Parts: sequence; structure tokens; C-alpha cells
Amino acid sequence: MTQTTTTPKPTSSAIPANPLVRFLRATEIDTRLLGMVGALILIWIGFHLYGELVNGNGAFLTPRNLWNLSVQTASIGIMACGMVLVIVTRHIDLSVGSVLGFCAMIMGVLQVWVLPDYLGLGNPLIWIITAICGMALGSLIGAFHGWLIAYRKIPAFIVTLGGLLVWRGAAFLVARGETISPVDSTFALMGGGPYGSVGAVGSWIVGLLACAGIVWMILSGRRQRIRFDFPLRPVWAEWFLGIVGCGLVIGSVLLVNAYPWPKGIVAQYAQAQGIEVPEAGLFISHGFAYPVLILVIVGIAMTVLMTRTRFGRYVLAIGGNPDAAELAGIDTRWMTVKIFALMGFLTGLSAVVASARLNSATNSLGTLDELYVIAAAVIGGTSLSGGVGTIYGAIIGALVMQSLKTGMVLIGFDAAMQDIVVGVVLVLAVYADILYRSRTK
Amino acid sequence: MGQNPNTGTPLVELRDISISFGGIKAVDHVSVDLYPGEVVGLLGHNGAGKSTLIKCLSGAYRADSGDIFINGEKAEITNPRDARRYNIETIYQTLALADNLDAASNLFLGRELVTSTGFVDDARMEAETRKIMGRLNPNFKKFNVPVSALSGGQRQSVAIARAVYFNARILIMDEPTAALGPHETQMVAELIQELKKQGLGIFLIEHDIHAVMDLCDRAVVMKNGERVGCVNVGEVTDDDILGMIIMGKKPPQAY
Repeated sequence: MTQTTTTPKPTSSAIPANPLVRFLRATEIDTRLLGMVGALILIWIGFHLYGELVNGNGAFLTPRNLWNLSVQTASIGIMACGMVLVIVTRHIDLSVGSVLGFCAMIMGVLQVWVLPDYLGLGNPLIWIITAICGMALGSLIGAFHGWLIAYRKIPAFIVTLGGLLVWRGAAFLVARGETISPVDSTFALMGGGPYGSVGAVGSWIVGLLACAGIVWMILSGRRQRIRFDFPLRPVWAEWFLGIVGCGLVIGSVLLVNAYPWPKGIVAQYAQAQGIEVPEAGLFISHGFAYPVLILVIVGIAMTVLMTRTRFGRYVLAIGGNPDAAELAGIDTRWMTVKIFALMGFLTGLSAVVASARLNSATNSLGTLDELYVIAAAVIGGTSLSGGVGTIYGAIIGALVMQSLKTGMVLIGFDAAMQDIVVGVVLVLAVYADILYRSRTK
Repeated sequence: MGQNPNTGTPLVELRDISISFGGIKAVDHVSVDLYPGEVVGLLGHNGAGKSTLIKCLSGAYRADSGDIFINGEKAEITNPRDARRYNIETIYQTLALADNLDAASNLFLGRELVTSTGFVDDARMEAETRKIMGRLNPNFKKFNVPVSALSGGQRQSVAIARAVYFNARILIMDEPTAALGPHETQMVAELIQELKKQGLGIFLIEHDIHAVMDLCDRAVVMKNGERVGCVNVGEVTDDDILGMIIMGKKPPQAY
């Protein structure tokens, strides 16, 4: 239909001279991803060196800090995965922090005041009923927001700004501002901590499963391309991707296993199990914390949803051109309800992790989280004008935000300075993204 | 007096359609029909109501009154999904492409091919897209970039491929050549002839009077939301049609 394609640019098919460009093209690595990972590593090394040189104590790049960082990232990261979908479809959700607080309060009341009366204290059903109720409540609130936005045509900004106030107030009213503590002991495991982790052997199992998954993905991807006669990656590039992927997984297993339980917990545990603690101490590894595994599972599931299902395809299409999506027969309003319900579900899940980690439910839980979640998604490359965004980007974005917060605490910045730095980084990250996009266009 | 040369049941009949927006009658009691293997041009000034009328058929708008008959049976078309069920495909003036998705995702948007496990089958969709593009536009090579990176003609060919791929019986083309160069326009003309031979009925909204004379069997002219008349293109001159468009003057051959 066109003559413009008859003369393809000679450079596009020729082998580029620059070995880096050639390498990136062969491995098909997203340069944005590379940039974000590079920024993250710079932040990590920067904080570590600053601690080392100025305070004489580099505390950042230690198993202990990185393990804690992973746990602290979980709550924001889980919500950021949902925020990607919301922002990609040109909406915004300002209410997630308040909804998190409300869900946490309801779950606190349920598991501490209500369920023990019926089931008995410590009943193993308590945590699961509580968690399901929390996630269902989050989904319902999200669906209600989505309905107001899609079917009542109130802008998402206003609906969720109202939600921000309403649900925070509701969280207070649930228990008249009382803090409910401690939560059910099994429930608390989902917040991490020595008992809330899978341990050394568990981490190796998780790691080996992940490696098997990576190898399977590379092999099946290659088989698929051969089946349809699409261009293949060079074999060395496949090997490279496999080795780097598995290397990262094994590296993180070694890292989380290098962080031992604190002495007090070991002694307590040994007493309970009737083990004799040797003179040199007992080395029990943390391994991956449950909230981190929850985040990983959410990340994988959401990535599959975004890239492999019709639902994800429609989310992107609505973001790219809402009218075209409607004309293509997509029920965009119902999609909006589903997207906000999913956001609410993930907020409920996040409330489980956050209140379990705190071992209590307070009405202020999740205050300002909406801003960190939105910032994480945006730093991770989600475009506020819609249509563009990835789940892994949002998770890395969450990691960047949390690294900044943790790092500044470690090197002794005060709270005011932390806010300033986080704000500046957010603006700079979006600016860098705009520059990147205009150059690759 | 001229008359409709077709007999039998029309493929599409829009009967007495009216639709208004905020008190303004965009389409005022207009009736049009279309037979298999026929190209009917819809003509008129900007704002004459052509696109609005046709959007009632493609499901983008819902008529205030009037009926739509497909193969003689009354059809309920309330959204674009309904239209697709009746094998009505539309190439919109705006092309209606999601700019951030690639050609294959746009071609199958809303009708994705899925694997046995229910996941979208990107590889198969791309392979199918390569097949149909090989037929429509053999020079098309950019399968892995968002359509925002394509030229106007390439985007047009994606929109056309989408309409043709799914075995449309009724095709609506809203100024399909507006963004195209002469060579590409020629290719669209050839495509229309080919589809016509396959027995499709085509509604063609077009401003270029020469294209209408070349491609259409009949032409319906609208002015200010009303139907001026319908002519068999072979029986009139382009001046007759221009007179209908500009002054609403009905030549004796019109019916």
C-alpha cells in the first residue's frame, strides 16, 4: 500500500560497527531496563562508599541491609504492580494508602477481636480468613472506585482523592483510633522476620526453581521463533542471558542465606526446640522473606497478565487510544472497573504484608504510600500520558525509592533532607525518561 | 427517471435513520441500501452527516430512530461488537489504531488469537499478519515496532488489513485514501475492485469526485443531514453529482 517501505534504511539491516549496540541488539535487552538497573547499582554503591568514607562504616552493601531492603520494598512494590495498569489506562489512584490503612484496621479487628471468639485463639484458620477478607474488601473498594469512574464519569483523580480522605477517616472510626496489637502469630509471618522467611534450604529450592524457569523460558522462546520462522537470537546471546539470569538468582540466594538470625532469636528457638547452642553460636540463615516471595509471585503473575493475556492487551490498547479500543469492541468501562478492582486487591494484599510486618494494625498505616507507589511506577517508566509501562519497571522503581529512603537513614540524613532528595529524584527520573524517549523516537 | 438496478434482498438496508446531538439533527430520516458486490459512495460536504450515518451501522453510535436490516432481517447494532458479529468491518477516517501497539496487536485487537491455555498467541498473530500484509502491501516490514513509528500509508494498510482479514461481508471505508499518495491510492482502488469481485458490499465515503466516478456503482448524496438523492454513477456526469453535493439539486436520473 505504500512506497515508503520500498527503500529500507541501509543502516537498519547492516551490522552496526559499535560492539555495544551489536551486543544489545543480539541479546534484545531493553536499554531502559539496563539504565534503571545501572542507576540502582550507582545508588547502592554511592551510599555504601559514603558510609565507608564519611562515617567509617559502609553499612549499605551488607546481607543484613539488603535483606531488610527487600522486605521493606515488598509492600510498595506489590501496589506499584497494580498502579502500572491504572496509570497505563490514563487514570490515577490516590487512595491506595488510605485503603491499605482501612483494610489493615478491618483485618486487625477481625483477627484479634472477632475471630478468636468463634474459632479460639491461635486457630490456624484465622490468618487465612483474615487475609481473604482483607483482599476481598480491597477489591470491593477498588471496584466501587472503578464504577464511579467508568459508569458515573467522575474523573479518577477526584474519586480517589475523595477515597484518600474517606478511607483514612474510616480507618480511624473502625476502632476509634486504637492500635490493635499483636496480630495473629501465623498472620505475622507474612511480614517477614526470622520466622517469616523460608530459610537456607527453602531459598535454594526457590532459587533452583527460578533457574529452571529461566532456562525453560529461553528454550521455549527459541522453539517458538523457529516454529514461525522469526529471526533468532545468536546462540551466544541465549547462553549469556541464561547465565546472567541464573547468576542473579543464585547470587540473591547466597545473599539472603548469608544473613543469620540474631542471637536472641536463635537462643529462643533453640530453647523451644530443645537444641544445645554451641559455644561459637548457631548460624541459622534467614533466606528469602515471605513478603519478598509474595512480591515476586505478584510480579510474575502481573507480568503474565500484562503481556500474555487479552486483559493485558486491552489495558495497553485503552492506554494507547481509548477510542480505538472502544471501536475494536473492547468494553472499556467494564475494563476500568476490573483494573481498579485489581488495584484494590493488591492494596488489600499489601495491607496484609504491611500490618503483619508491623505486627499491629494502626489507622495511620500506609500514610503517603500512594505517593511512593505512584513514584515507583513512574520512575519505573510508566508514562502518565498512558499506554506505556512495565511491571518489572515498577518493581525496580519501588526498589529505587526504598533504597534512597534506607540509604539516607543509614548515612544519617534527617527526615526533611530525605523528603527533598526523594522529590528531586522523582522529577529527575521523569525528566531522564522524557529525554530517553525523545532520543529513541 | 433512474432507478435502483439491483433486485432482491439488499445486503444492508438503513431505513429512515435519524440521530441528533444536542438538538442538532445530524442525520434526518435517511435511507440507504447496499447489495452484494456493489460499491455505494456516500457523498456530501463536511458535516453533511455521512460519517454519522455510517457510524450507526458500525456500532459507534446508536440511531435515535430508524431500523437496520442485514440480509432482510432486522439487526440490533448497539456497539462495535454487534457490528462485527454481522461481519461489518469499518476503516475509520482516524484509522482507530492503538499507537503504542505493533501491527499484529492492532490487527487482532479485540479478536486475539489464543493458545489452548488461553494466552494470547503473539507468534501466530504475527505470522498471520505477515501473511496478509504480504498480500496487501509486500513492502511492509515493520512488524515489531509500535504503529506510531509507521508512515501514514503503512498505518493505513494496517487498518485495511484489519478490515479485510476477518472475512468481512460489509465493508465501510471512511475516506480510505485521504492520507495517501497517488501510488498508494491506486493500490486501494485495486483492492476495492478485488473485494467487490469477491461479493462484498462496500460503503465508500469519499470527497474526491473522480474516485467516486471510478470506483462506485451508485452514489448517495447527503446535505445538512438529509438525503438529497441517489444516482447510478454510469448514468450521470460528475457535474450532476457536484450539483447535488453543492446545491442539493436533484438531476432527473436521481431517485
